[in-house]
Amino acid sequence: MSAAGLPLAVEVNLRPEINRERGQRQVFCGLAGIVWLHRKIQDAFFLVIGSRTCAHLLQSAAGVMIFAEPRFATAILQERDLAGLADCNQELDRVVAEIIQRRPTIKTLFLVGSCPSEVIKLDLHKAAERLSGRYRNQVRVIAYSASGLETTFTQGEDSCLHSLLPELSQRPDGERSLLIIGTLPDVVEDQFKRLFSELGIDPVEFLPPRRLAEAPAVGRGTRMLLAQPFLSETVRALEKRGATLLSAPYPLGIEGTRAWLEAAAQAWGVPRARFEAVIAPAVERAAKGLSHQRALLEGKRIWFLPDSQLEIPIARFLARECGVQLLEVATPFLDRQLMAEELALLPPQVSLTEGQDVEQQLARVRAARPDLTVCGLGLANPLEAEGLRTKWSIELVFTPIHGFDQAADLAELFARPLVRAGLLRV
Amino acid sequence: MQLTLWSYEGPPHVGAMRVVASLRRAHLVLHAPQGDTYADLLFTMIERRPTRPPVSYTSFQARDLGGDTAALFLSTLQATYERFQPELFLIGESCTAELLQDQPGALAKGMDLPIPVLSLELPAYTRKENWGASETFYQVVRALLKDQVPPPGSTRPGRPADRPPTANLLGPTALGFRCRDDVIEVERLLDSIGIGVNVVAPLGAAPADIRRIPEADFNVCLYPEIADQTCEWLKRNLHQPVVKTVPIGIGATREFLKDCAAAAGLDLKAIPEPSWSRMPWYSRSVDSTYLTGKRVFVFGDATHAVAASRIVVEELGFKLVGLGTYSREFAREVREAARRYAVEPLITDDYLEVESKVAELQPELVLGTQMERHIAKRLGIPCAVISAPVHIQDFPARYAPQMGFEGANVLFDTWVHPLMMGLEEHLITMFREDFEFHEDAPPSHLGSIQTRPVQMPTTPETSIVWTADAEQELKKIPFFVRGKARRNTERFAEERGIKTITVETLYDAKAHFGR
Repeated sequence: MSAAGLPLAVEVNLRPEINRERGQRQVFCGLAGIVWLHRKIQDAFFLVIGSRTCAHLLQSAAGVMIFAEPRFATAILQERDLAGLADCNQELDRVVAEIIQRRPTIKTLFLVGSCPSEVIKLDLHKAAERLSGRYRNQVRVIAYSASGLETTFTQGEDSCLHSLLPELSQRPDGERSLLIIGTLPDVVEDQFKRLFSELGIDPVEFLPPRRLAEAPAVGRGTRMLLAQPFLSETVRALEKRGATLLSAPYPLGIEGTRAWLEAAAQAWGVPRARFEAVIAPAVERAAKGLSHQRALLEGKRIWFLPDSQLEIPIARFLARECGVQLLEVATPFLDRQLMAEELALLPPQVSLTEGQDVEQQLARVRAARPDLTVCGLGLANPLEAEGLRTKWSIELVFTPIHGFDQAADLAELFARPLVRAGLLRV
Repeated sequence: MQLTLWSYEGPPHVGAMRVVASLRRAHLVLHAPQGDTYADLLFTMIERRPTRPPVSYTSFQARDLGGDTAALFLSTLQATYERFQPELFLIGESCTAELLQDQPGALAKGMDLPIPVLSLELPAYTRKENWGASETFYQVVRALLKDQVPPPGSTRPGRPADRPPTANLLGPTALGFRCRDDVIEVERLLDSIGIGVNVVAPLGAAPADIRRIPEADFNVCLYPEIADQTCEWLKRNLHQPVVKTVPIGIGATREFLKDCAAAAGLDLKAIPEPSWSRMPWYSRSVDSTYLTGKRVFVFGDATHAVAASRIVVEELGFKLVGLGTYSREFAREVREAARRYAVEPLITDDYLEVESKVAELQPELVLGTQMERHIAKRLGIPCAVISAPVHIQDFPARYAPQMGFEGANVLFDTWVHPLMMGLEEHLITMFREDFEFHEDAPPSHLGSIQTRPVQMPTTPETSIVWTADAEQELKKIPFFVRGKARRNTERFAEERGIKTITVETLYDAKAHFGR
């Protein structure tokens, strides 16, 4: 999962300057992605092969408690697995048999690699092949790694989607299709489907699919639009299969959503007048909703600590559509190619950071005392206790924020802590 | 490999974090990969602590594995020392670092820092959170007190006559169940018989406080899961007696006071009856008659589960139908209590096993952890939470101890309120299928919240059928005992080879099982 060796497109903008930082990282590992991926892919089960720490992280990230038997679990490695007393593969087969017996309706089983399984070099790809053979016609077994060694938070989704690619059938040459990549809440997906259909763009498929049977087909005629910015590996692999990425900002805010839809409309040769007519009602609604939030956010100084790679697109939205002043925007990982359109829209003087040394970043936050700091759950209350308002970044991953009809909701997520601070007299 | 959907305890390094977050002026450096910082949110979100836990992580990634993770550890340690200036360093590894074998403890000691540096062994693949907390607390106490251990054969000097007796309260930690309020309540209890508190640890103790532990006359082992090992070491090496009675419930609180008086050498003629203890009277009052024989299932850590079982039976007049724990280290204590109350002990960390036990026993009240609260909700059974693992609701804004006389008041309220109140239950029995008092009407104190009992699948192999009359009659039985009546009648029929249950069979069974 490294950017090294990737060909940089010539037109990539090398400005603004980026400060790179290394040190203690206050982010989840890729396993956290299971929390939304298992809700999205409804016939899949995620089995982490890891330690008690992995199990504990998952249940903590999933909102501490589970309300129904979840479609994810951890096969916790025990000392006898490490000491070689138990053949890990035999043990894995036993655990998988138990899951398939308990949950006979699942169609896809993901074997998810973790830090410990990586370090002991347990070959989950081989295991997935073996188990796919055993459960042929019943359950497809697929392996990917979401370890903290390899993936930062949302990169777990990239790794998962990448592992799904061999399941996508080949679309014949000459057949056009639009492929939307990145988990979106069903409600947002349906809004986009309606817009694309009114624009006459067809077929439109989504990765990840809601069920594996609905997995999209990919070919030379496939045009890709990224709904999420953290999918570098998946995009590159799909490009190798002949699909073409439609370069666009991300569909956050009115401006981003319009440009994102427009990229598809242009590729499909939709006349401008028709495009404008189709999006006009949604744009108008969004602008109305946003004007109220803009009044609350205008001129506020905001700081992004690195978390989901959504920081840059959201910062662009807040700066350009809500009048927010960006003090520092940090992202765990910057893919300059996938972020090119966004970087071009950022105010030129913005301070960008890639990576994290949490202590250094907090020192800068304390010195600048922004009106709002976007950070992870571990940092939010301590900053609040220092008199700084915060926004939990995790909500940006779990809440519907994409598209026209969510633009005001997205702004409201940032306005709410400020409004609340204004209300309280305690 | 152990298939785990949800676990009661985290890994042992989270136990170490709980201890270091409880202490003052101590800092833990964890050799751990990116992602392990998730544990910080337990402290800042669940307990709403206003500061980050004093833990620094090396956050190594794949690219570091090819290089020098040991060097990364050393630079993290150096930077942490300069930034936080702790008085005590703890060094630990999470599960992945354990596999790398960088020996961070030895590396840290090689740095010759001017403060004590403790290397923790936290075997992540065999042990769990409470073990990690207990081990960490023990290592801290031992390291800071080992130079105060007298030579073998020496005896402990008596307390000077002019100094009032004191005790240490050992075991309360961050993320512990109601520790914050229990400490206040126990201090108040001890004060009521003239015993002062010397040190509370680990919660709120600085290294200098730990060094003062030997000054107390005895130790109170408030939470055995965390402090038992430490108290035993103090008894063996510093000859400090230990009071192991955990003062949860009226009976246990009285015993606790008696034990503390004895350990302090006080002559206590009678335990003063505190005015704030309403629980005994509430339990005797007529409304509580309806609590008699309510079937209760108890599950939690060993300390709270054992204490709850005694209160259930002796102080509230319920019937204990099941008792279990996820604390394998204290399974013996739970088995003993189960034997005492003639129930089957359930020792497991698999919540699905607990769930099927609850479904099988169909209790009228579940006392458990937050997981049992979910289980009970699914099954439509009232529930109260008595034990960790903690949830944000387990840190109430109000004072709500579990220990001592005030704790007993809290327990009465929190365990009895989820049940139908006595008078209310009585009315429903009288009016049975009345349009307002019916089985789907929620208890009035729960407002409009609807909890519908989940239908338990009837055993498929049973070939017994109910006549329409008998079904009709069964419906006249109050809904909260109907499930039990159905099961008992079917069992009665099965034992007698009766294939068709009539109204007669129903009443025969009632007579047979009648209390």
